[in-house]
Amino acid sequence: MSKILIRGAKVLGGEAQDVLIDGETIAEVGTGLSAEGAQVIEAEGQILLPGLVDLHTHLREPGREDSETVLTGTRAAASGGYTAVFAMANTHPVADTAGVVEQVYRLGREHGYCDVQPIGAVTVGLEGKKLAELGAMHDSAAGVTVFSDDGKCVDDAVIMRRALEYVKAFGGVVAQHAQEPRLTEGAQMNEGVVSAELGLGGWPAVAEESIIARDVLLAEHVGSRVHICHLSTAGSVEIVRWAKSRGIDVTAEVTPHHLLLTDELVRSYNPVYKVNPPLRTERDVMALREALADGTIDIVATDHAPHPHEDKDCEWAAAAMGMVGLETALSVVQQTMVETGLLDWAGVADRMSVKPAAIGRATEHGRPVSAGEPANLTLVDPAYRGVVDPADFASRSRNTPYEGRELPGRVTHTFLRGRATLVDGKLA
Amino acid sequence: MMRHLISAADLTRDDAVLILDTAEEMARVADRPIKKLPTLRGRTICNLFFEDSTRTRISFEAAEKRLSADVINFAAKGSSVSKGESLKDTAQTLEAMGVDAVVIRHSASGAPYRLATSGWIDAPVINAGDGTHQHPTQALLDAFTMRRRLIGRDTGLGKDLAGKRITLVGDVLHSRVARSNVDLLHTLGAEVTLVAPPTLVPVGVETWPCEVSYDLDGVLPKSDAVMMLRVQRERMNAAFFPTEREYSRRYGLDGERMAKMPEHAIVMHPGPMVRGMEITAEVADSDRCTVVEQVANGVSIRMAVLYLLLGGYEPATPATPRTEEN
Ligand SMILES: [Zn+2]
Repeated sequence: MSKILIRGAKVLGGEAQDVLIDGETIAEVGTGLSAEGAQVIEAEGQILLPGLVDLHTHLREPGREDSETVLTGTRAAASGGYTAVFAMANTHPVADTAGVVEQVYRLGREHGYCDVQPIGAVTVGLEGKKLAELGAMHDSAAGVTVFSDDGKCVDDAVIMRRALEYVKAFGGVVAQHAQEPRLTEGAQMNEGVVSAELGLGGWPAVAEESIIARDVLLAEHVGSRVHICHLSTAGSVEIVRWAKSRGIDVTAEVTPHHLLLTDELVRSYNPVYKVNPPLRTERDVMALREALADGTIDIVATDHAPHPHEDKDCEWAAAAMGMVGLETALSVVQQTMVETGLLDWAGVADRMSVKPAAIGRATEHGRPVSAGEPANLTLVDPAYRGVVDPADFASRSRNTPYEGRELPGRVTHTFLRGRATLVDGKLA
Repeated sequence: MMRHLISAADLTRDDAVLILDTAEEMARVADRPIKKLPTLRGRTICNLFFEDSTRTRISFEAAEKRLSADVINFAAKGSSVSKGESLKDTAQTLEAMGVDAVVIRHSASGAPYRLATSGWIDAPVINAGDGTHQHPTQALLDAFTMRRRLIGRDTGLGKDLAGKRITLVGDVLHSRVARSNVDLLHTLGAEVTLVAPPTLVPVGVETWPCEVSYDLDGVLPKSDAVMMLRVQRERMNAAFFPTEREYSRRYGLDGERMAKMPEHAIVMHPGPMVRGMEITAEVADSDRCTVVEQVANGVSIRMAVLYLLLGGYEPATPATPRTEEN
């Protein structure tokens, strides 16, 4: 493999440096590096980050290839600057056996756009009744470390306790979709002022917060580690902050859309804003941003949830829940966290690459940008301003809430083990 | 006038008074031997009912026929929420058939709004009740009934309901009638109080332009009109209240309670009434109860709405600028 010299990029937003990639690894980082024998990428003014890692992606394959496949999803990931994604288990069939997770893992490797690390289901068929073969999935070629029934909450306290205990044997983590099912029956949007007016079924904040409170206490009791998916309320932040202060091994993620959008948008009844957990209030959004800045929330995860057009082009109640997010995540984080002064680019690298890789034990990702490390890198032009046009998406689905919205920043290059998967904003 | 009628909240005071005044004119048609106006001759209106409601459909149909419109009744019972595409498909079929207006009833909140704003259809859309969201013509007919009873048929013309105290009792949480009435009555200057057990009041109600009370007996002496809302017996099983008996003890309207209301005050109900639980037969059959009038007034109101949305309304006083644009 040839050499690539990235010239003059601000590494993690710091001083401009040259980075020489040789084969699959970073050979040298410094100033005035020789370009001899290397393809040169002039990167002045751009930010160089470790390749982004998404701990929460829905790739839909197997089963819903009309919305996304491992190929289209990883192309979308590469476009968004990601070099690794964790694929959620709610496929058809459910990723609850070694066979399914190995298939998804291999497809990711074969296509070569982005590493796919499958997440295993906690319970058989996501039914919340019986533990899936967690150990077999861990021992498989996919090496599963993250387990989640995402889309559904593991609401049975005993099953949750057992899962937390069981995965300790191989350093696994249970990622909880915190949603008390009885409190959210018929839920269509955040319960509050807007739902009262619109007459849409309410999804109360307490349905999320009560599960998080229970699960951090369970994690403490059994001495295990728990990860909270797509945390969305100010109250959830308070509980996680308390749990961390108590030494409980909890991590949490927030999605880009919960950092930017509020339930006021639901007044349009446009199902593109229908998502689970639902868009919350301005107060929640501000609390989430602050918690991401101060480290209470550890990471940004996209919850990239592709749906075909017909599942969204209908009345609100009939529409599918979810938004695509891989291709816009970094821009939303730049707008909500960097341009507000809450986080610098090193902080972005931490929340979108280093920490998610650490939580998921993706040892080749989220590494420092230094010699000898795997060349998983992302180059961002932060000065770029553009209007989101879903027609440009690599994802098979176009259900973005940002259509027509101006967002800052653009991923120009993505490198996976030294190979460019994105060049000048175009997939390689 | 606006192009669609989706929510009572979209109506300005002047819009609402104009509809009420027009409905008085329409009501005179009902007093004639031939109850028909040629206004909408040659226009086709579709009653698109995704949810059963014979009463509302017949009311719209009567209104449409009295205005000489051609009527298509389309019932797509329950098919929509499970198969989301059918609303769009149906709308486009109607569009292709050259329908001039769509009256829609749907179990999903927001479905009429989607229909009116998604570009699926060009015709005006009239909301005949959507989920637990809105039922604007119901609110208009209620306001019409109140104005007639509390101000007077002729003396009420041009007037709103300023200063009138209206109490809504019952399942506010699941009631599109309550939402529409709170919006419209507030716009018309009335003071609205909601009375219900706390379980049947939505979280977020504090931003509504009304008071909330849990004490019916305390509110009755100060009410010019008391509107009883439907309470489905199933709510009991979902633990919204303990028993039917307890509900009617605290929130039902019987003769003894009615006696606490001022002499002139009326009792309203959108129907159909659950006798015994929310209202006793004694109250329902008393001449203070306006249920039957509300039904008749519903036709007049719907005629007025259709006439104004479709009849090529020209302002009577063009010198007065109207404010429905905001
Ligand atoms: Zn989830």
